[in-house]
Amino acid sequence: MTISRNARLLLASLLGVGLAFIYIPLTVVVINSFNSSRTFSWPPQEFTTKWWTMALDNTGVREALKWSILAGLLATAIALVLGSSLAFAVSRYNFFGKEVISLLVVLPISLPGVVTGIALNNAFTKQLGMSTGLLTVVIGHATFCIVVVYNNAVARLRRMGTSLQEASMDLGANGFTTFRLITLPNMASALLAGGLLAFGLSFDEIVVTTFTAGPGIETLPIWIYNNLFRPNQTPIVNVVAATLVFISIVPIYLSQRLSSDSSSGGRFS
Amino acid sequence: MQSIANTMHKKPKLRLVALLTAPILWLVVAYLGALATLLVTAFFTIDSFTGNVVQTFNLGNFQDMFTDAAYKNVVLRTLGIAISVTVICTILAIPMAFYMAKIAKPKSQKILVALILTPLWASYLVKIYAWRTMLEPGNGVLDWLLGPIGFNSPGFGGPAIIIGLSYLWLPYMILPIYAGLERLPNNLLDASGDLGAHNWYTFRRVVLPLIFPSLVAGSMFTFSLSLGDYITATIIGGKLQMLGNVVYQNFSINLPFAATIATIPVTIMAIYLWMVRRTGALASL
Repeated sequence: MTISRNARLLLASLLGVGLAFIYIPLTVVVINSFNSSRTFSWPPQEFTTKWWTMALDNTGVREALKWSILAGLLATAIALVLGSSLAFAVSRYNFFGKEVISLLVVLPISLPGVVTGIALNNAFTKQLGMSTGLLTVVIGHATFCIVVVYNNAVARLRRMGTSLQEASMDLGANGFTTFRLITLPNMASALLAGGLLAFGLSFDEIVVTTFTAGPGIETLPIWIYNNLFRPNQTPIVNVVAATLVFISIVPIYLSQRLSSDSSSGGRFS
Repeated sequence: MQSIANTMHKKPKLRLVALLTAPILWLVVAYLGALATLLVTAFFTIDSFTGNVVQTFNLGNFQDMFTDAAYKNVVLRTLGIAISVTVICTILAIPMAFYMAKIAKPKSQKILVALILTPLWASYLVKIYAWRTMLEPGNGVLDWLLGPIGFNSPGFGGPAIIIGLSYLWLPYMILPIYAGLERLPNNLLDASGDLGAHNWYTFRRVVLPLIFPSLVAGSMFTFSLSLGDYITATIIGGKLQMLGNVVYQNFSINLPFAATIATIPVTIMAIYLWMVRRTGALASL
């Protein structure tokens, strides 16, 4: 392809500017967690690791992390079941209203979180008389996690075709055996990628959580939000923020290893 | 087990019902049901004395919403912010994605994709918090970084919200465009060049029309996620309010009115999704 040298240089420098725009603020977060000043001051005058040890001992942070992981795992489990069965139905059968399904599953992530949040809160507390807690958080999170599992599963099923299953059935395996020995192993990496994305979405979710959690449960994003404007908590918030920046590398590393259907880890195809 | 397997095998309808029941119950009954209930609430009022919802059908809330200039301003401001964010993300994303897909060598391509994906996994709140420290007037990072060359931080307010939201959603725009460009065969670009078209002309007449569905897919994120946001506005927006803030504030004091305001982003998104469906962008999400 003939792209002039100047055009290449221009594009390369624009990419550089874009990457700087993306990474400078994240770097600032990491540097700030070592800033010895109690209040925000830039540039840092001295560096220290004492906030890191303080954050590790902080019970609020540990509790919040526990709730986040618990809610994330439960929501992911539900999303895996619902998303993959929906994907099977759409890829392998014809039924009335099939075209609407793709619209239905993206709706929970397309509509503003605040709308989903107050709709669920209203349904749970006013209509059903439930009290908000872990259950309502998990229901809320699972609802918008279904789509990522569904998308990954549909992409894999489309690529897989049906011949392997047919061969297995022809050789005498029943539906369950075929599912266990053929379908599931072939689906595994796609489901893992979808599950990873679902957990990530749930772990990061704040708006829907605000309306479904009630006072007893503080997930990590809710903890950060509640402590963001408390000046004496600034150093701890900085450490938690820096940790979350570091942790974001883990799923990228994992998805590179998984070699999923697309280069983007399945979120886009 | 064997007999269940046999029955299931003979009756594909039964298998379909087994697969569909749970997800459809969840999405239609629980999710759409909750949304519909909220929508109905928009037509109710609130007893100003007890604070309870009074279930008598009336259009008073909608009348208030459409006649009060303050709400009209919030709607226009929110739309303006969502459109600005989408435009900024598109302008930043196209050259980045183009370099990644068409110029970078396969090895650096992989690294670049990872570099774009990583911030997607970094927490939303952390990113906005980062911009709070960047934008802080006086002793923020932007003032320190750009002060020497004569620029100042815009401080907290509308421009800060646009910067923050563009920052949050930029990867969501880059990735679909990158995927679209990767699918675009190089020989189309070569053919255009051989026929005498310059780079810019090729881009405008060949590349842009072919990656349009990707742009729409990206805009679904940048536009819709901006439209309903209230956290960013709370953290770096100063006193400025977006639609989400109005919904959030009314939620505890006047649920019917919060529901009425919520119909605006829902309607806008419904129209948007409907238009987008025809471009085939939903499939490339």
